[in-house]
Amino acid sequence: MTNFLVDGKPCSAKPDENLLQACLAAGLDLPYFCWHPSLGSVGACRQCAVKQYANEDDKTGHMVMACMTPVTEGARYALADPQAVEFRASVIEWLMINHPHDCPVCEEGGECHLQDMTMMTGHAYRIYRFTKRTHRNQNLGPFIKHEMNRCIACYRCTRFYRDYAGGRDLDVFAAHDHVYFGRHEDGTLENEFSGNLVEICPTGVFTDKTFSARYARKWDMRGAPSVCTGCGLGCNITVNERAGEVRRIVNRYNGSVNGYFLCDRGRFGYGFVNAPERIRTPLMRGTDGKQTAVSRGDAVAHFAALLSAGGRIIGIGSPRASLESNFALRTLVGAANFYPGFSTHEGRLLSLIADILSSGAVHVPSLRDVEQADTALVLGSDLPNAAPRAALALRQAVRGAALALAAKANIPHWQDGGVRTVAGEALSPLFVATPAATRLDDIAHTALRAAPADIARLGFAVAACIDSTAPEVAGLPADVAAQASMIADALLAAERPLIASGVEAGEESIIQAAANIAFALRARGKPVALMLNVPECNSLGLALMTNGQAAFPAALAEPASLVIVLENDLYRRADNTLLDAALAATHLVVLDHSESPTTRCAGLVLPAASFAETGGTLVSSEGRAQRFYQPIFTETDVSAAWRWLGAAGSTAGNHDCAGWATEDDIVAALAHALPRFSALPSAAPPENFRNAGCKISSEPHRFSGRTAMHADRNVREPKPPVSADSPFSTTMEGYYGKIPPALIPFFWAPGWNSVQSVNKFQSEIGGALEGGDPGVRLLETRTEAALPYYAAIPKAFASRHGIWQAVMLPRVFGDDEQSARAAPIRDRTAAPALALNAEDAALIGAAAGQWLACALDGETLRLALEIHPELPRGVAGLTGLAAKAFALPSWVRLTLAGPGAS
Amino acid sequence: MLSSMRTLWYTFLHLFQRNVTVSYPEQMPYLAPRYRGRIVLTRDPDGEERCVSCYLCAVACPVDCISLQKTEDEGRWYPEFFRINFSRCIFCGFCEEACPTYAIQLTPDFEMSEYNRQNLVYEKQDLLISGPGKYPDYNFYRVSGLAIPGKDKGEAENERQPIDIRSLMP
Repeated sequence: MTNFLVDGKPCSAKPDENLLQACLAAGLDLPYFCWHPSLGSVGACRQCAVKQYANEDDKTGHMVMACMTPVTEGARYALADPQAVEFRASVIEWLMINHPHDCPVCEEGGECHLQDMTMMTGHAYRIYRFTKRTHRNQNLGPFIKHEMNRCIACYRCTRFYRDYAGGRDLDVFAAHDHVYFGRHEDGTLENEFSGNLVEICPTGVFTDKTFSARYARKWDMRGAPSVCTGCGLGCNITVNERAGEVRRIVNRYNGSVNGYFLCDRGRFGYGFVNAPERIRTPLMRGTDGKQTAVSRGDAVAHFAALLSAGGRIIGIGSPRASLESNFALRTLVGAANFYPGFSTHEGRLLSLIADILSSGAVHVPSLRDVEQADTALVLGSDLPNAAPRAALALRQAVRGAALALAAKANIPHWQDGGVRTVAGEALSPLFVATPAATRLDDIAHTALRAAPADIARLGFAVAACIDSTAPEVAGLPADVAAQASMIADALLAAERPLIASGVEAGEESIIQAAANIAFALRARGKPVALMLNVPECNSLGLALMTNGQAAFPAALAEPASLVIVLENDLYRRADNTLLDAALAATHLVVLDHSESPTTRCAGLVLPAASFAETGGTLVSSEGRAQRFYQPIFTETDVSAAWRWLGAAGSTAGNHDCAGWATEDDIVAALAHALPRFSALPSAAPPENFRNAGCKISSEPHRFSGRTAMHADRNVREPKPPVSADSPFSTTMEGYYGKIPPALIPFFWAPGWNSVQSVNKFQSEIGGALEGGDPGVRLLETRTEAALPYYAAIPKAFASRHGIWQAVMLPRVFGDDEQSARAAPIRDRTAAPALALNAEDAALIGAAAGQWLACALDGETLRLALEIHPELPRGVAGLTGLAAKAFALPSWVRLTLAGPGAS
Repeated sequence: MLSSMRTLWYTFLHLFQRNVTVSYPEQMPYLAPRYRGRIVLTRDPDGEERCVSCYLCAVACPVDCISLQKTEDEGRWYPEFFRINFSRCIFCGFCEEACPTYAIQLTPDFEMSEYNRQNLVYEKQDLLISGPGKYPDYNFYRVSGLAIPGKDKGEAENERQPIDIRSLMP
């Protein structure tokens, strides 16, 4: 630790920190704009000026920018020096010269870093009496609102968007006080991390358009710590609620997982919670064949009667439902009758992944570990589309080479301008092998394009090059063998190699190949990490719970008397004609939050809570069990699926379902029943957690409208709801201060109203939250654990005449079932398309944009042709068809389709 | 004893002083223009709603009796609903002080008793008056940098014309 003095008081910091970071870590309030823990320092805004003194006798000192000053042992600084104070106040005054008079109509107002810093420096009165410069705004698409007048030119937006997230369509234009941050012309921001501009921008230039449509101030919204349900990564989010509606989602800092950033699917995909197709009352099919609303009691009684009737009762779990709900259904129907709600193919891939990850034979990296990797191989997986936040982490990993070069030149890692100047384009090696181009190719050392089978063969060959005991690939072409040995050499030369693959790779052999490489590197003594991405927020949790049980289509093949479907649209996961037949021949009870083809088939539909109306636990692809909490407390029939199942089960006389009063009860039962989940109760504090005898307030202390918001219905204020499952009070009453990290409902500190207040909650700036990052890892490496090499090497891909191997090309927007219901996400969802190599297209005689007919899952789809020159011959890429993904990969016949209805 | 006598004497003297009580409602009291009575929402000089739905009145309210929801029309912010629960209001005037657009104002009117408490819940149509009230000339959007129909960027007070970012001139 480096010790130094600030205003005569001793402070200490890590030796590689800058003074600004050290001051913030010491709890001092020093204003800043352009610095960000993830972006480093550039010294552009001149806001964090402090005095530095040469020694004890130096009374004059000199001004330095704290963010550009490395802390040195024994150094003396002054924040409170009158000259420094005046300097900082002047800087704010200059920044505010052109700031428009529009805080009341600004979405950032009340959580604005510029407001906070202006208050902090004490600038209160405008002396400048001349005219203000103005700018025209741009339409930046359905996510982001642009108001350029408010800009203070800190450059954070372009540094994040271009340097950090790899975007290309946001830049700075013009010069001096004319600088303009925007696109070259109006249009949607293309990068899938554009939503972070809302939090990165210290003022209101970039604001959340979806939030603006149903706007409320930060102090007026309840916050609930939650977990994103958009993909399998389990990014931490804060859900903001007011008047029974989810108003927005903001990032919730978790040093090990998402850090400061979320992807746009997670941030803007919440609309399904408020959507009109929500199911809010139990529905029962009457004798006339129509589903009509029934009371809660009738629904439970009917469900219990179906359960008591006997026969073969099967339960189908859900990869997007919480562990608690899945466990409740498993308990209700018995482990043998509980089937994971995966498609057959996906089920095979997921149980393979669960076997590999739970064996303890490899390290499963957190996203923070991914950022630390110095060489990475992405095998078959289009991460930027399937798990965007992981791709963003990889983007930071490749900067390792630049940081190493800078370290050699004695430039600290936070000195962003210096690092970029000295390192130039230096990137750590990243190898990407996928069928189609990915948005990681621009930072990849080598981007290889091959058919899935060939990618698997490449992977097996890499493993064989690393460890000679790994199975050899026979008949490998010389160029592929050379590539394999190049990748193997790079991985062997690395200190922290990373292998990434996932379900979206589509073939078991690719995942096996990725695992083989990891096993081989481990055998050679390398601390390798293996990231295997899963598609949905609890896919891994369900796979770990069902432990190799076949996916549900196998169970439906035999007749059942009752099928209970938990939060799942089966029509996205199995052959639709088979499903129609199977579901018509049985009693069907569906618990879900939104209408779907499956709920329309059901005899009884129970309104299950979405992630915003209940709490629960999800297991991310890292194997991290994380608790999410309930932000919406409105009086409806909607309740957690496990509560419905528990009520019906205990009415039907199933004693195992009887004791679940709170979530803690069912978590305890789950941890007891399945040893794999024994660490689950430690994922978050229990319901009876109290601080100084108080619950934790979920509303900010200035929550407004308490006595008026319900007064249109009844002037007498309703009794505040009670959160039975969590240590949160549902009102502003309660404790807010030092909160266990899993329970932080919103980030706020005195004087820090913006999201930058997160620095008051961290044990070290940009590191873990105080008290440790939330969640508990269920999968840890064990030194004695080992798996044998996989030896089922597929045959080389051979294109066939007249038919193509159709593979799924994932997309950020629209592939995920839940977020696809949100209007802004729908706006960004492109129409389904079919991609072919130019030669293959010529073979059919089709040009780009022409309609092709493609038979899939018993129906003929009409798809517009896109030419992807990089696609291997004989492979057809299907995009925007996540609902048909269960039928892929398969061989399809393509023909020209005439114009007509699609 | 002496003190009791003195008290009686002073009380007796009050018989000859002028009456303070007025015979309301036959006789109306004088209320200063700054009297803090019934709350209204005013309009700007162009006749548009002044309220921009910034939520500052709601947050300033010590009894939390103001509730509203923002909506937007071509860049102009409006309250979708604006509700004051006068059965809770303490007429402190903090909302008026907090209002950045002079929209919410307290008036010298206190005659709003009701037999039914529910009738004290005033919605936007009950609160909105047709004039500007105090500060008759102030129009927030003429000062603010936001573009609204009829006022483009650069047309507010103390603003220069929008910058042509493609120009090479200094």
